[in-house]
This record gives sequence, structure tokens and C-alpha cells, in this order.
Amino acid sequence: MTSIASPRQSSAIGRVFEHRLLTYRRTFRASIFSSFLSPVLFLAAMGIGLGAYVSDPTAIGGVSYLVFLAPGLLAATAMQSASFEATFPIIAGLEWSRVFHAMYATPISPRDIAFGNLAWIAARLTLITTIFTIVIVLFGAAASPTIVLAIPAAVLTGMAFAGPIAAFAATQKTPNRFSTIFRFGITPLFLFSGTFFPISTLPAALQVLAWFTPLFHGVALTRALSLGVAADEPIAMAVHVAYLSVLAIVGGSLTIRTIGRRLVRG
Amino acid sequence: MLETTSTSLIHARGLTKKFGDFTAVDAVDFDVARGESFGFLGPNGAGKTSTMRMIGCVSPITGGVLSVMGMDPATDGPRIRANLGVVPQQDALDAELTVRENLVIYGRYFGLDRVEVARRADELLEFAQLTERANDQVEPLSGGMKRRLTIARSLINEPTVLLLDEPTTGLDPQARHLLWDRLYRLKQRGVTLVLTTHYMDEAEQLCDRLVVMDKAKIVAEGSPRALIEQYSTREVTELRFAPDEAESLDGRLDGIAQRVEHLPDRVLLYADDGEAAAVAVHERGLRPESVLVRRSSLEDVFLRLTGRSLID
Repeated sequence: MTSIASPRQSSAIGRVFEHRLLTYRRTFRASIFSSFLSPVLFLAAMGIGLGAYVSDPTAIGGVSYLVFLAPGLLAATAMQSASFEATFPIIAGLEWSRVFHAMYATPISPRDIAFGNLAWIAARLTLITTIFTIVIVLFGAAASPTIVLAIPAAVLTGMAFAGPIAAFAATQKTPNRFSTIFRFGITPLFLFSGTFFPISTLPAALQVLAWFTPLFHGVALTRALSLGVAADEPIAMAVHVAYLSVLAIVGGSLTIRTIGRRLVRG
Repeated sequence: MLETTSTSLIHARGLTKKFGDFTAVDAVDFDVARGESFGFLGPNGAGKTSTMRMIGCVSPITGGVLSVMGMDPATDGPRIRANLGVVPQQDALDAELTVRENLVIYGRYFGLDRVEVARRADELLEFAQLTERANDQVEPLSGGMKRRLTIARSLINEPTVLLLDEPTTGLDPQARHLLWDRLYRLKQRGVTLVLTTHYMDEAEQLCDRLVVMDKAKIVAEGSPRALIEQYSTREVTELRFAPDEAESLDGRLDGIAQRVEHLPDRVLLYADDGEAAAVAVHERGLRPESVLVRRSSLEDVFLRLTGRSLID
């Protein structure tokens, strides 16, 4: 009866990931379909439809509006998906289904639960952004083969949101404040971080503000890779990556703390 | 590594849990031996769940000593939990998965390979009498079925110790008896059971030995029979009086029993011969509306120790 089973931490994270995968299987098809449909609709309506009225391509780097918009939307989509995945599933595991508590009764630790869920979010983002990138290529909106690297760039952008938001979600007992995050955080960022127009057209004060938002860095990085101009500004690119990485790492370690505190409390 | 030099599987001395200024568990001492079934009996808020969570290595101790299977929960939590089965108060089943998937994924948390976990899942479905519901979703299951699934889940790692927090609270009598039968089988297989309950009948059914907890402290310890012998009489005569007669009772029952307990709705006479006590009541010209002679229970022990009933 006394078999010692004490899995290594790396595999324990894998078990948490496996749980998310098992529950995801049920909605897999619908999820893939909407991951395709969403970029198709956005690029058709805004890139082609709205883009027809953009008469001055010099302000957006001398490319068509579709080519300008597509990588911005890619980064913004990663942000939105990550924010959703870092809120409701976290509070569900801690408060609604309490499956994180069930996991904690096994050799799995709060750290495994935090990392397993963040790893799952990263995997989801990889799937979503890959599909999005394929759609961009099909629309002829990719200016350079380096758009392949826009996939990890967009995933990193998403994780810069997922970490801090998951850390916050683990402190909440109800989802009431999540709508505040979406309304006053995610939606303004979506509109004013350079996704739809360059931030150089904003008033100076707002430009400074925009520079501090993670989505600005995500959009700038993703767009440079899609346009194939990343190598022209290596320092700027490094700053973007560093800024996003710090947010993801700090957010991730805070998530371990807040999930741990919540599980210990019971 | 798991064998301890002492015979006790769980060992606690001065075990304390505080939440800020509130003391949930106040310096309790207890030992649980291998193969024993051990209970914490007490009302809600007595500190039973806090004690269980410390044993389960999910809540750090504030003071005292605790060892589980010879290991220290503070440093060996994952290794201890690998050998525990836990049935929490709230089932925490995954409503997005089927009955069988709930077992399989839980086995995976322990690092069991897929073949082994599939074999154990089928065996446990049989044990929990849920084989027919294996591929159903969890949500439509009755409370008793969910509870049996939670117990099956807790057995997937073949635990040395099974921790059950209020295992039958909220279940109807039939479901409770079915559950008790399953737990009794586990006990016969040599699984060490540790449970909390505020039902005295459950404690009497399942526990070889128990501690009575009240207000964060252990107030008594022993087998159900020994506790009843020590703190109560063999029989109890319960009298119910009409409200006006109940008010004019003062002193008129003195000397009939070893102890008289006045509760809001009835009077309890503690006597070794309950029938004789009932006759004596009539001889004094008292006419209770109802008379019930019964054996003493743990409820009486608790009343004696704390002056209160188990279920308020």
C-alpha cells in the first residue's frame, strides 16, 4: 500500500496541463473554427473594406492598410485571448469547480498549478496566433517571411497580459472586477496601442502613456516582423522583448504566490 | 523511508492553527495508529477541518509538532500527499469531465501511467457502484453518487491513510448507509481512516477511537464505548412535558437519576436503569407527555462535556 509516488516537478506541471487539455477536447472544434473565422472577418472588414479609404500610405510605412493592420490585430488578439484565459478558468479552479483544490490534495503544488495553467495559456495562444498568421498569409498581407517569428512575438505579448491578470484573478472570489479589466484595460489598449493607427498620430501625452502599455510593444514587435524591418531597429526590438518578458515573468511569479495563498486558505 | 519508528502513523503534540488573532486549533495532542479508524467528533467550528487540512499538508501548522507517516508536512508535503487519500467537505469534482475521466485525471496527478490508472479506475467504479454511470457527466449524479465518486477518486493512489471531512453531511439516510458500508470495507482491507463528523451515529459506526473537539480543543478521547461508560450512564430516560408543567419542575426530579439535564425541549435523566427512573417519575405524580428510554450515545457524552448539543 505504501508505494512512493513523488513525481518530479516538470511532470507535475505536465499533469496540470493535461487536465486543461482533457477539458478542452470538448470544445476543440468550435474553438478552432472561431480562431479561423475571427481573423477572416476582421481582415476582410477593416483591412480590405475600411482600408480602401486610407489614402495616405506614407503615415503607415508605405504599405497598404491591410498589411499595416494585420500584425497589429494579431498581437491584439493574443492579448484578448490571454486575458480571457487568465480570468475565468482561474477563478473556476479556485472557486467554482474547485479543481485546483482537488489537485493540491495530490503531490501537485501551487507552483505546478500556476505554471501548468500558464503553459496551457501559452499553448492556446500558439494555436490561435498560428491560425491567425496563416489567415494573414492567405490574405496576402504578410510582407516578409519573418512573419513566422511574429507567432512567438504575439504569444509573448499575450503572456505579458496572462501573467499579471492570472495573479489578480487568483485573488478574486467573484468575476465582478473582470469586466472592469476588460472595459477600462483591454478595450482601450486594443484601440489606442497602435493596432489601428500609428501612435505618432496621438497627442504627445498619450504617446508617452501608450509607450508604457504592453500592447504597444507587442504590436510594434509583431508588425516589424511581419513587415520584415525588425533587423533595422535591433535595440528597439530588444526593448520590446525585454519589456514583455519582464511582465510575463513577474506576473507568473506573482501568480504562484496568489494561487498558493488562496489554496492554503482553503 | 515511510516506516516510522513509533507505531503511530499520525502524531500531533501541541498542534496549533491560528488565523490572525483567531485560534482554530489550540494545542491538541493525538496519535493515529496504522489500520485504525480514528474520528474527530464535534460541532461545526470546533476546529476539525483545520486539523484535517494540516494533516493533509495543505495548511501549514502555526505551532506544535505534527508528523504524518514519519514525515514533516512543512518539508515533505508532496511526498506525504502522494500517500494520502482526501475526501474534502466539498467534492470538487470536475463537472466538465465524465465520471470515469474524473478518476483517470486524478490518478494522473499522482504520476500513475495510463494503463495502471485505467485498471484502477474500472476497479474503483465497481467499488463505488458507479460502473453504469462511467461515461455520464458528473452534474446529474445524486449527492450520494457524487460522494461515492469522491471517495473512489481518493483511493486512486492506493493511499495509506484516507482523510474524510464530514463524509456523509447532507446525504439522505439510505445514501449514508451505503457510504458507511463502503468505508467499512476499506477499514477491513486495512486502510487507516481519519474522519471528522458532527454525527454521533457516524462516529459510533465507523470509529475505533475518537477525540471529542470543542472550541479548538480536545475535551475527551477514547473508543465510543469507553467514552460513553466514562462520561454517561448506561441508559437515558427522555421526558417531554407540557410547557406549563415544565416550568414547575424545579427540584421535583431530584434523586431519581445520577444526573438530570434540562434541555429547552426535554429533560434527560441519566440512570443505569432507565425503566426504573421512568417509574419513579410517575410515582412522584409527574405526568410527562412522552417518555423514551434509550441507551446512552456520544451525543450524551458531548452534552456532559460541553453543556451543549452537537447539532445546534
